[in-house]
Amino acid sequence: MTAVPPTLPTSLDADASHDIQRVGRLSRAERRAIAVKGKLSSPWASAIAIIIAILWTVPSIGLLVTSFRPAIDIRSSGWWTVWTDPQFTLDNYDDVLFGSADLASFFVNSIVITLPAVVIPISIALLASYAFAWIDFKGRNLLFVAVFALQIVPIQITLIPLLSAYVDAEINGTFWTVWLSHSIFALPLAIFLLHNFMKEIPASLIEAARMDGAGHVKIFFQVLLPLLVPAIASFAIFQFLWVWNDLLVGLTFANQDSRPLTVAVADLAGTRGNAWHLLTAGAFVSMIVPLIVFLALQRYFVRGLLAGSVKG
Amino acid sequence: MDFFTSPETTAEKLGLMVFAMLLFVVVMGGLLFAVDKPKRVPRWVVALCFVGPAVLLVVGGLVYPGILTIISSFKNKTGAEWVGLDNYVTAFTTDQFQIVLRNTALWVVLVPIVSTFIGLVYAVLVDRTRFEKLAKALVFLPMAISMVGASIIWKFVYEYRPDQPGIQQTGLLNQLLVWLGLEPQQFLINQPTNTLFLIAVMVWIQTGFAMTILSAAIKAIPDDIVEAARLDGLHGVGMFRYITVPSIRPALVVVVTTIAMGTLKVFDIVRTMTGGQFGTSVVANEFYTQSFRLANEGLGAALAVILFILVIPIVVYNVRQLRLSEEVR
Repeated sequence: MTAVPPTLPTSLDADASHDIQRVGRLSRAERRAIAVKGKLSSPWASAIAIIIAILWTVPSIGLLVTSFRPAIDIRSSGWWTVWTDPQFTLDNYDDVLFGSADLASFFVNSIVITLPAVVIPISIALLASYAFAWIDFKGRNLLFVAVFALQIVPIQITLIPLLSAYVDAEINGTFWTVWLSHSIFALPLAIFLLHNFMKEIPASLIEAARMDGAGHVKIFFQVLLPLLVPAIASFAIFQFLWVWNDLLVGLTFANQDSRPLTVAVADLAGTRGNAWHLLTAGAFVSMIVPLIVFLALQRYFVRGLLAGSVKG
Repeated sequence: MDFFTSPETTAEKLGLMVFAMLLFVVVMGGLLFAVDKPKRVPRWVVALCFVGPAVLLVVGGLVYPGILTIISSFKNKTGAEWVGLDNYVTAFTTDQFQIVLRNTALWVVLVPIVSTFIGLVYAVLVDRTRFEKLAKALVFLPMAISMVGASIIWKFVYEYRPDQPGIQQTGLLNQLLVWLGLEPQQFLINQPTNTLFLIAVMVWIQTGFAMTILSAAIKAIPDDIVEAARLDGLHGVGMFRYITVPSIRPALVVVVTTIAMGTLKVFDIVRTMTGGQFGTSVVANEFYTQSFRLANEGLGAALAVILFILVIPIVVYNVRQLRLSEEVR
């Protein structure tokens, strides 16, 4: 997880050495930074940037602050009054996690749904993309383009037939249907991304291994997998956030006992739309895991984003 | 079998989770080991073992259900009788659905344009400044959270309290109106502007995506072009208009089309904030309502097919623009 080959620019950390003034030769980024100096010294430019930054953060801060205020205060005054009369409590979290909303058990469901829904499509897509990238067989390109093209199919078009198939098989509402559905929907993008990364590995490496008599197991685990770790990490984060934040699949396939946090929180918003002490705490409970994952593994995420969309 | 279908305690659930992950990893690993030696196993068997599971899943889980849905879009509520194009006629002509289509058009046009514009401006403004990393993370964070969460954040911003003495507004936007001496508004109920307030939430989410992709594209503009333009006397807005934007055109096309496709399928925001009431529904939300709430299978299927058809021109445009930009190079 540490080595990051510089295949794609990661915009969020590209400027790490930005204001280090070195004597002698300057890096390209530094020269550009000096050339560009004065852009933000325009007060209008700064003002616009600051306004955008405020608009993008203040609503979330409002939610976070409110979730720690006593329910009675939330009903009677705005969260901005907290600076004059600070009153904080953890009651809302206690209530929403272990009270009638019972988000704690849906939190477990979200974890139980998400991890296999990340691991299963990756394990299937790794083998498929290995074959698409490095094994010659008839109709390979056609099949690959077909799988890739399936990315444009909106999942809505598959829901009802899938649901009735699950009902017929009597596995409707179990975790299995949720895992299976998420895996199916993830496969086209997973195969496409992993195939692209596998293709970037020099053919000579594979050829050399084959010359040495290595079988698929050896090539896969000893040559490809170590080089693919960053790519797998990128897709895994992508898929993790997608599944954790998904509403439609959970709503359609999970039942009362297996549904994820998003469905439970959306339900709360529908039935207790004015219980802001529950809603704010519940929303934050549903956000905390993706926020941590995202902040910790941001650069892998950005890389996946760039690889997935710019090439696609 | 109870454990496999309906685990009850947390420990059982976690156990089943680990079991499911191991099951798939072991099966896929087993396939790999089974065809290990390239000499002894015919190549088509190898390909079948590796590609087979994936192809089986996408054909069985995407292609076949898709075809079934297209077929049932020509049938009635229960799927028992053929009704020809009736469902499509309903979806395009009745008043209720005209509003749905109008809203969907608004979403698909406004979200990509506004979020790409804001993302681009922001990317240019913070490019190579001292606070770039932090500034980008702030705008990027909404990408990480669920649309349900984002909807709740904004529903709280839009919260309305009746304008009576002794009652304070608890929604930030209405408080701002009050501070400015205006009447508080029911943002999510007043038609037709309520759709715009829902669209704002999607813009808030997607801007980070636009900013990230475009920022990477801006950093990739060759130095000599920027240098030459500067020697020619281009600065600020001129540089933005004549150098930055044309240089990153391919990335702009990708961003706009990607966001448009994502926007078309989004129903989380509408469902969480208004439930599609007050004239705010979109095709994706109406699909869910018709299919699962009102049990109108035929109409629901037709709406899903319409979603699919609406995606196609966006994809075609995307592919054509990419081809064009490759030819130019």
